[in-house]
Amino acid sequence: MEIFDLTIEELRLRISRKEVSAAEALDSVLSRIDKVEGRIKAYNTLTPEKARGMLAEADEKAPLYGIPLAIKDNMCTRGVRTTCSSKMLENFVPVYESTVTSKLIKAGYVLVGKTNLDEFAMGSSTENSAFKTTSNPWDTERIPGGSSGGSAAAVAAGQCVGALGSDTGGSIRQPAALCGVVGLKPTYGRVSRYGLVAFASSLDQIGPITKTVKDTAILMNAISGRDPMDSTSAPIPVPDFEAAAGKDIKGIKVGIPKEYFIEGMDPEVDTAVREAIKKLESLGAIPVEISLPNTQYAIATYYVLATSEASSNLARYDGVKYGFRAEGRDLLDMYMQTRSRGFGPEVKRRIMLGTYALSAGYYEAYYGKAQQVRTLIKRDFDNALKEVDVIATPTSPTAAFKMGEKTADPLQMYLSDIFTISINLAGVPAISLPCGFTKSGLPIGLQLIGGHFDEEGIIKAAYAYEQSTGWHKRRPAL
Amino acid sequence: MSSNVAGEKFEAVIGLEVHAQLLTNSKIFCGCSTAFGAAPNSQTCPVCTGQPGSLPVMNEKAIQYTIKTGLAMDCSISPYSRFARKNYFYPDLPKGYQISQYELPLCLKGRVVIETSEGKKEIGITRIHLEEDAGKNIHEAGPFSFVDLNRGGMPLMEIVSEPDMRSPAEAGAYMRKLRTILRYIGVCDGNMEQGSLRCDANVSVRPKGQKELGVKVELKNMNSFRFVEKALEYEINRQVRAIEAGEPILQETRLWDSAAGVTLSMRSKEEAHDYRYFPEPDLVPVTVPDNDIKRIKESLPELPDIKRERFVSVYGLPEYDADQLTAEKPVAEWFEETVKLGAKPKTVSNWVMGELMRLLNEEGAPIEKSSVTPQALAEMLALIDNGTISGKIAKTVFDEMYRTGKPAKKIVEEKGLVQITDTGALESAIDAVMAASPSEVERYRAGEEKLFGFFVGQVMKATKGKANPAAANDMLKKRLKG
Ligand SMILES: [Zn+2]
Repeated sequence: MEIFDLTIEELRLRISRKEVSAAEALDSVLSRIDKVEGRIKAYNTLTPEKARGMLAEADEKAPLYGIPLAIKDNMCTRGVRTTCSSKMLENFVPVYESTVTSKLIKAGYVLVGKTNLDEFAMGSSTENSAFKTTSNPWDTERIPGGSSGGSAAAVAAGQCVGALGSDTGGSIRQPAALCGVVGLKPTYGRVSRYGLVAFASSLDQIGPITKTVKDTAILMNAISGRDPMDSTSAPIPVPDFEAAAGKDIKGIKVGIPKEYFIEGMDPEVDTAVREAIKKLESLGAIPVEISLPNTQYAIATYYVLATSEASSNLARYDGVKYGFRAEGRDLLDMYMQTRSRGFGPEVKRRIMLGTYALSAGYYEAYYGKAQQVRTLIKRDFDNALKEVDVIATPTSPTAAFKMGEKTADPLQMYLSDIFTISINLAGVPAISLPCGFTKSGLPIGLQLIGGHFDEEGIIKAAYAYEQSTGWHKRRPAL
Repeated sequence: MSSNVAGEKFEAVIGLEVHAQLLTNSKIFCGCSTAFGAAPNSQTCPVCTGQPGSLPVMNEKAIQYTIKTGLAMDCSISPYSRFARKNYFYPDLPKGYQISQYELPLCLKGRVVIETSEGKKEIGITRIHLEEDAGKNIHEAGPFSFVDLNRGGMPLMEIVSEPDMRSPAEAGAYMRKLRTILRYIGVCDGNMEQGSLRCDANVSVRPKGQKELGVKVELKNMNSFRFVEKALEYEINRQVRAIEAGEPILQETRLWDSAAGVTLSMRSKEEAHDYRYFPEPDLVPVTVPDNDIKRIKESLPELPDIKRERFVSVYGLPEYDADQLTAEKPVAEWFEETVKLGAKPKTVSNWVMGELMRLLNEEGAPIEKSSVTPQALAEMLALIDNGTISGKIAKTVFDEMYRTGKPAKKIVEEKGLVQITDTGALESAIDAVMAASPSEVERYRAGEEKLFGFFVGQVMKATKGKANPAAANDMLKKRLKG
């Protein structure tokens, strides 16, 4: 096995035992990138020089010393271009470091590069990137999912040992599922958003994308916790997530929401997820049928709230201070030219939707109503999670689809997130992990949802499941 | 200014929106300094320049100051309030929205009592909320404009009044009262010229007796107390004339042009922004526990209205004196300190409002900078009381005290200003005066009594003003009788 194929857990051990040097690990990953990046196109920016510099400065005793990680290109890295895959920020170099990457620097990580995403994290395929569409390593004709498609593909293709993504409606979990890797969206408030370029502030969370559940736990240990720079980060103690992986799951109750096993779902996905639940049962878990009655309103609710917040969050890209500026006859014209030409079509669509939803006379009917429904959806989860420990669902209704297949129909694209969106609205944590493959060899993801700040619960269940299967050991042939 | 600017037939209805910059050391959502006058953009950071990914963090002091203000203006403090985004594009607004408060402000329903020539009146406070200031656009010659974001993110409190004012004079009195209260509680320096206190006005005119309000015009850009009154006066006249001429009043925003002394249309209602307010998701709602309110209430100083009443009842001062002395807290404190040292309240009041204020105003210095301390004034007044110096000489002594910071006693000694009460010395001075003016003495003795003043003047002149006036008078009368 090549070094780039190792998990964080394995590489960490080998580096500490001096079986592998951190420099060798970095070289292995960089040469892997050389070999496959032309086909995968996971990265917007590669930072080999920066990586070597970081390695020289890192503390050998630090917990993630020398671990080459990729960071989604919407988290600010000081001195390293942070584009959000938008023409608007194509040449934007942040003057400050996001909290998560600051924490990773302290933990000794090495930045391999910044990964591609749907522009401003708006999309489910990376096809909305202004620069490139990333390929799914399992079938390069297909999309890797999105918006953290670059991070998920890079992890699956061995172009980094682990990565960070961000998840507003499924943007970590759906690409993780489609690329056959593990991705966790933490509880809202568990991880600081400071330095994450905002899409929808009340929904955005940063989380790990890794090859295994254990690796996800390791990265969660590194990035979690209250941050004085983010008022919405929770002053709640951070447990040892790594320790949760390996705990017994006998007797835990696994809720199966009937609303999530719907007509139109890919039968292969349906089968794989039902098999996974059986597997959990064989490990001692108790399946319980539950109901999340407001599920049907989730997509509409999400697209009102997320676009409303986005319309405001993206107002700062006006050509005045940083980023792209188009010349204009006067101030208003400069604004209009800059924003018309700097943003791609999906971003503009969402800004318009959100602007409309917040407008005088429509606010109550759209934003106000959506907030009420959000409360109901949150209550659904709170009630269900009083009865069960985790909830099991598919992550995505289908495996990876072909490039271009859904680009003409935004609504079809929005439905890719049908199983992940409610979780952001409720603010609870959820993990996606591999639970099988389609006949054509595409990965399928299982989603496990936990109660507020109970990442331990889902990590425990996910790890137990993962260890009883071999899915996480498969690698795409590249 | 006349209180019926609107004339006999019409009545003006005025409400004010006052923005007060809070005296916190750091900005409202970041750690940047709030010091005035620094080089452009030298007091900025990722948060207050709206860098992608940056987040606001609430300055707790700003919340406390706003609550303090609310309590000082009799508001109820919302136990739960939250921030909202006000969305609009402008180069001085780096995020493309201003973080403000909308449907749930910190303070609601208060009141402030003002006094004009027509007496006391209560002005309702609709709400007080907290928000961030915008930066400043700088337009210089050439094709470029510049943006200075030092002011961006300064904590700003908006105090919205009910439309309870009926004249520019009332608006002026209200503004001054707000300033007094804000300075008393130490939350704002109240400097209108530097922009730490700003005022927008909503003004309409209606026929007297009519219940419904007229069409409202918003006035902006009035950066002094005088301009507030002038702009309102102009605008009320303009509206009355328009109504009388049968022209419609347009709902619009108008700018006060202080150079031309007119208000000019800036934008109409149709051009007004739809700010698309919605709750700020980057900040958690503010919950104010009862204990905090209690604690802040207890920390409030004695407020001007109460102090004023006390000055009248305890010190027996005239209303006018009490009003003047309590307009600024340091002045009131200076006064009381002097009185506590045994000086007579009305005498202290006269000296503070007279000589001391005159000298301070000459150099634009606040009373805290006065080189005359309450102790020093009290000592000087004691010298008058025990007859060492005359009240007249005291003015010279006080001047000297103010200039040099020396105690009165020393000045009196050094300059030989001790009052002449010694009978022998007075007698010889009077004799000399009488000897020098024999014809006046004759005329006086012949019944021209108004000449008495002449003799007093001459005696004072001869003694360089040091003659004890009462003693000199007595003796003069006796000697002149012959
Ligand atoms: Zn700042």
